[in-house]
Amino acid sequence: MKVTFEPIAGRYMNLEFQGRPHRIYLEEAGKGIPLLCLHTAGSDGRQYRALLNDEAVTRNFRVVVFDMPWHGKSSPPAGWEKEEYQLTTAIYSDLIMTVARALDMERPVVMGCSIGGRIVLHLALERAAELRCVIGLQSSGRVNPYYDISWLHRPDVHGGEISAGMVSGLIAPQSPAEHRWETLWHYMQGGPGVFMGDLFFYTVEGDVQERLHQIDTAQCPVHMLTGEYDYSCSPVDSQAAADAIGGAELEVMKGMGHFPMSENPEGFRAYLLPVLEKILAAEK
Amino acid sequence: MNLEELPVRVNGDPVLVRKGRYLSTDFMLEIGERQHVVKIRDGRIEEIVTGARMPSWSFALRASEEDWGKFWRPVPEPGFSDIFALVRWKKMRIEGDLQPLMANMLYIKDVLASLRGVEGSP
Repeated sequence: MKVTFEPIAGRYMNLEFQGRPHRIYLEEAGKGIPLLCLHTAGSDGRQYRALLNDEAVTRNFRVVVFDMPWHGKSSPPAGWEKEEYQLTTAIYSDLIMTVARALDMERPVVMGCSIGGRIVLHLALERAAELRCVIGLQSSGRVNPYYDISWLHRPDVHGGEISAGMVSGLIAPQSPAEHRWETLWHYMQGGPGVFMGDLFFYTVEGDVQERLHQIDTAQCPVHMLTGEYDYSCSPVDSQAAADAIGGAELEVMKGMGHFPMSENPEGFRAYLLPVLEKILAAEK
Repeated sequence: MNLEELPVRVNGDPVLVRKGRYLSTDFMLEIGERQHVVKIRDGRIEEIVTGARMPSWSFALRASEEDWGKFWRPVPEPGFSDIFALVRWKKMRIEGDLQPLMANMLYIKDVLASLRGVEGSP
């Protein structure tokens, strides 16, 4: 039987995080500038499957994608059954920097989408010296909650189906059906209450809009890419963040929604590769 | 608005009917001034009652004729591609008992999207 293998290495890493042992799943491909990628709320690292397979990226970048605890193949820590999952800025920032350190990623580029696009702004603000730059996909300092997120976790509504149902409209109509449904599948597989717990950070606790002006883009450049069909982090929201930061570079992606790397990998790379080129050029 | 096509589209799609097989509800589809109660039984559209004097329904989706028209274009513009895009930009109100909607979200979205590009959609 003829099979093909992708040039991605997947591993489990055991580490101490927030005083508790964790088992974190991560995938890696490529060599060069460390590029750490962050998935969206309630999903997992499979969103970056195309990027990890893209030779145009991996020949110059060491791409690492990890599943956050409680997501994908990263389990929640022992004792999870007695707690409610809720993401905060402090936990999320600590997680990213802990993973980067554990993997010897020196001054990484951190690229995140949605909640990941939010946390990279926090990192640009608080951890600039430890980073090369950040790339915010569907990135904003604040969003306008437009639905009651408690519907995502209750016994009379299937959590996986409603999570997919709520995010399905955030995918652009132009995105290929194959990638649309792969993206939704990840949402359907999320653990109970995990998407909602991530959205606590996104819609409530992680609001950083009023502090964005303190970001020094000379020390930590901020690149922003936002899909025009996204109404959760809309181009208006990203523009408000870019205006507040000053010096951030924002491009609105045509025919793209909230999950660019996953919903339309081909379309996305046309926007991402020039950003990566700039990062490479800055090295020289 | 050519809502007559809706039962044809939905009931003729076995995958969609299966997706909604546990849903039986009457929901309000308000298009501008006109009120339509869409009666769903086991994932099939049994009847659409327009202009009832005393409509009874579980949940309601209300938007202007113009905004529904933009929603039903073959390739909608940003801001009109989903009912929650309309909600986000305050062009739609969703009210009532939302449980049947939330429990069958992907089905209801596909039911509505089945009218995209249909002749007679505004």
